[in-house]
Amino acid sequence: MSLTLTLHTVPEVPLEAEALSPYRVAGLSGIDVAKLPVMHGNRSAELGDFFRAVGRGDGELRIEGDLARVKFIGAAMSEGRVVVEGTAGMHLGAGMKGGEIVVEGNCGDWVGPEMSGGRIVIKGNAGHMVGSAVRGSLSGISGGEIIVHGNAGNEAGSAMRRGLIAIGGDCGDFAGVNMIAGTIIVLGTLGWRSGAGMKRGTVVSMHGAEMLPTFSRAGSYSPVFLRLYLLHLREVGLPVADEHINGIYQRWSGDAVETNHGEILLRELGSRP
Amino acid sequence: MSALRLHSTEVVDTFAEAFAMWAARVIITAETARWAMAAARSMTGFATSVIGCKCEAAIECELPANETLDRRPGVAVLLFAMDQEGLGRRLIERIGQSVMTCPTTACYNGLDGAHKVVVGGKLRYFGDGYQNSKLLDGRRFWRVPVMDGEFVVDECFGVQPAVGGGNLLILGANLAQTLAATEAATAAMRKVPGVILPFPDGVVRSGSKVGSKYKSLIASTNDVYCPTLRAVSPGTQVPDAVGCVLEIVIDGLDVAAVKEAMRRGLHAAAATGVLQVSAGNYGGTLGKYKIELAALLNGAV
Repeated sequence: MSLTLTLHTVPEVPLEAEALSPYRVAGLSGIDVAKLPVMHGNRSAELGDFFRAVGRGDGELRIEGDLARVKFIGAAMSEGRVVVEGTAGMHLGAGMKGGEIVVEGNCGDWVGPEMSGGRIVIKGNAGHMVGSAVRGSLSGISGGEIIVHGNAGNEAGSAMRRGLIAIGGDCGDFAGVNMIAGTIIVLGTLGWRSGAGMKRGTVVSMHGAEMLPTFSRAGSYSPVFLRLYLLHLREVGLPVADEHINGIYQRWSGDAVETNHGEILLRELGSRP
Repeated sequence: MSALRLHSTEVVDTFAEAFAMWAARVIITAETARWAMAAARSMTGFATSVIGCKCEAAIECELPANETLDRRPGVAVLLFAMDQEGLGRRLIERIGQSVMTCPTTACYNGLDGAHKVVVGGKLRYFGDGYQNSKLLDGRRFWRVPVMDGEFVVDECFGVQPAVGGGNLLILGANLAQTLAATEAATAAMRKVPGVILPFPDGVVRSGSKVGSKYKSLIASTNDVYCPTLRAVSPGTQVPDAVGCVLEIVIDGLDVAAVKEAMRRGLHAAAATGVLQVSAGNYGGTLGKYKIELAALLNGAV
């Protein structure tokens, strides 16, 4: 039987709850889980002050309620599964190494900061800084996948080094800013200044975008590698159309202020190979 | 050797002697089936026998677009060599020279397993620093820039222990009868997954024995099956009524696949009324697998 936590008291200020991770509750009963420490603002508290816990930690953790103020769900997890039946707060899956987190609703800022493995799926929208480096850090996610079915805010994939970020809707400004490598795929539109300062890596959009003057258009083609990514995203549930898979993409090389080895691929609308 | 019967065909009570090899499956895709096949044909050219070609390779099957990794038309190729290291070298050579060079192609590993050889990880250097890789779901692909876009290739290919040298000898009254029997046999054998028939259209006329009177040669003509040497070759195996002998060689991913291909080939050849079917062996001294023809007589085709 998996462990189910139901929010009974909405925290008045952000609740830092690294305990909401499969490895932290492994083998524990509901009673023991309720005693795990959390930080409510600047005060220590227990999970049981906010959640009712039923079941036993066996690798799958289900959390129910409006968790918009609950931070660090699934932080540092390396295996198992977390399902959030509602909205999740900031820093979901921070430093995650493996396993899977599924959020049925929306999620706050900083999804999966500096994660290195596993998969995060957000069925709704995500805030700013999806898969980004924390402020002052040199690199963002170094592996794993973040799949956002809805829209995402600014600076998705900031300084990402490896891995995949996919956004089913639109993306805010500065997608892939300071990107080192990795792949960002946006089925909707990109905001301003995508790829600013990128060294390597790939940013893809199914629509046109205003490019920074430090990016140069190389030409148009139908990238085979992108077919592999788009087919993968279709498998995990994003609405990838045949037109996306078979499309022709403009390739823009940049950012010339860095190594110029990055690329932004923009689908030419209505194109066929 | 005593004789068995299948329809009107005499089946010699002997065995094919097969030996251990290593194999890889290469999936080639392209924008159209034509270009995938062009690359596959090029890659499997001059790959009839390890004796002279360092490897044995042939097309296993065509793949419809919905069965390939990138959903483009594809061809599966099997390549066999005597050891894992040699197989890795042949893959680099042949994918580099025959697949990467062919317009629109991509090249993927078609075998899972514990044993891997690096292929794309070596071919990437052709990109002269402009290459880059993508790591998707734990699998690394290299993107090598080429003049029609990019060549995408798996970093590593799976290789596995396999079986080479399964064979059937088809003995007919004349050339026409023997060709008809071998054509029927190869058509039936190609339907077995996991096997290839590496010789021209699956058939070899220059069957060989181990060794030669010339010290520099490791193999020479199989004189006991040459009809023109019936009067002079000691121990000739060509009956008086036989005017032509052709051989079908089978390599497979496992011995079960080789046996099944041989069984189908035996039955298909016999159905044409060919005079005799036999198999080549070295008295059990060369290979670790003995495939008895008698054990292949039963079962539906």
